[in-house]
Amino acid sequence: MATPAAPAGGARNGAGPEWGGFEENIQGGGSAVIDMENMDDTSGSSFEDMGELHQRLREEEVDADAAAAEEEDGEFLGMKGFKGQLGRQVADQMWQAGKRQASRAFSLYANIDILRPYFDVEPAQVRSRLLESMIPIKMVNFPQKIAGELYGPLMLVFTLVAILLHGMKTSDTIIREGTLMGTAIGTCFGYWLGVSSFIYFLAYLCNAQITMLQMLALLGYGLFGHCIVLFITYNIHLHALFYLFWLLVGGLSTLRMVAVLVSRTVGPTQRLLLCGTLATLHMLFLLYLHFAYHKVVEGILDTLEGPNIPPMQRVPRDIPAVLPAARLPTAALNATAKAVAVTLQSH
Amino acid sequence: MRSRIREFDSSTLNESVQNTIMRDLKAVGKKFMHVLYPRKSNTLLRDWDLWGPLILCVTLALMLQRGSVDSEKDGGPQFAEVFVIVWFGAVTITLNSKLLGGNISFFQSLCVLGYCILPLTVAMLVCRLVLLAEPGPINFMVRLFVVIVMFAWSIVASTAFLADSQPPNRKALAVYPVFLFYFVISWMILTFTPQ
Repeated sequence: MATPAAPAGGARNGAGPEWGGFEENIQGGGSAVIDMENMDDTSGSSFEDMGELHQRLREEEVDADAAAAEEEDGEFLGMKGFKGQLGRQVADQMWQAGKRQASRAFSLYANIDILRPYFDVEPAQVRSRLLESMIPIKMVNFPQKIAGELYGPLMLVFTLVAILLHGMKTSDTIIREGTLMGTAIGTCFGYWLGVSSFIYFLAYLCNAQITMLQMLALLGYGLFGHCIVLFITYNIHLHALFYLFWLLVGGLSTLRMVAVLVSRTVGPTQRLLLCGTLATLHMLFLLYLHFAYHKVVEGILDTLEGPNIPPMQRVPRDIPAVLPAARLPTAALNATAKAVAVTLQSH
Repeated sequence: MRSRIREFDSSTLNESVQNTIMRDLKAVGKKFMHVLYPRKSNTLLRDWDLWGPLILCVTLALMLQRGSVDSEKDGGPQFAEVFVIVWFGAVTITLNSKLLGGNISFFQSLCVLGYCILPLTVAMLVCRLVLLAEPGPINFMVRLFVVIVMFAWSIVASTAFLADSQPPNRKALAVYPVFLFYFVISWMILTFTPQ
């Protein structure tokens, strides 16, 4: 910053009374350096007058710099004298002003500190909440506590995505007009966010005492059961086993969520509506995730639908012969599937 | 108050292109060595750069492409998919570790995660070579073994660099998403079969 000029007010005595307000602004700063933030203040002056004013300010600054330059001549060797220094100064100030505005905007919109309190968890807490999500509590007379954190639910959704990818690959799913990764992420996040919002809306209608964050956390931890069931049944393909796990594990995590919601809702109709919807959606989602990527079912679908497959459809395949992970008698299974399809078609 | 003079530092502007490239390549190579032999050091953190991750990501994405123009048979990851997974996965993990209270900067974390994909890229190269032989269960077992070893190596390498920046009792919380991230990449490598 240049040294302040000699009385700034004194030099502008000839400016005229109508610029009094402007003068005060500059005098308040106490320096003759051009203040970029005040440049927009065109109250009561025209462009030409502004230009004249700035020219005067610049002349004063140049005078001040000339005095300073004589003392530090050695530093400006090789540079262009006052004009170069002034240009750099102006550029420097514009840079500072721009940087200040940019960092203000950035800190306003890209502030991740808003989310920080929701990630304030310890590993032991996460572990205990995961286990508790499978244990339905019988006390429904007073509202049960829901931990409002987002780390656990977010990690569970990502784990579900990974398990889903594994399942899709194992069953050789082919997605037209899309990608495997996109479908997996879309399904899992769509379910978590969409169903949470829907149940929150229903809870608002039914006067339930639950916030959006708590609903997100509750449903997120409810996905723990889904992760377990899918992880086991994508690797061991037995229908009976899947149905057993669906009822047991899926049922337990659903019961837990239902119990929490019941404890926070008043009135039998409301409880029925809210909990019935959540239970239906949660259990059906697990069914969908399992069967959408199942091998044998896809073989049947292929036989039934034939070549007329509409776009945006998953194209199932027969069980491949070279799949190394499963030593299935592919010919026998394919034949069985086709026989079943023929039987179904003949009815 | 003194006026600030902006000094134009042209010391690196005037050197030859070859010098610049060799210097950057040497820096990248040095960091590769640090990843292959992970020790507790902060070389990766101190002078972070994103050249290495870009080279690794592009190599991996190119090798994972099916090469078939027929879009109906596309079940595998495409170039854009791998690219997006790697970079958005790294961004998510970085945000997560910052939210958990880590004191690592955004780009340092991206740099570490990107460089630690090197073992998995090596695994991809080995898998492609192994796939040139005849298919069969032995083929699969060899590939599975290689991928698992490299997966573990990636996680150990990234933990060595990232763990110190987390509060001591939350290291597991920060390492788990890294585990998921490298698991997805390893899975893509393992299930790759050229048409």
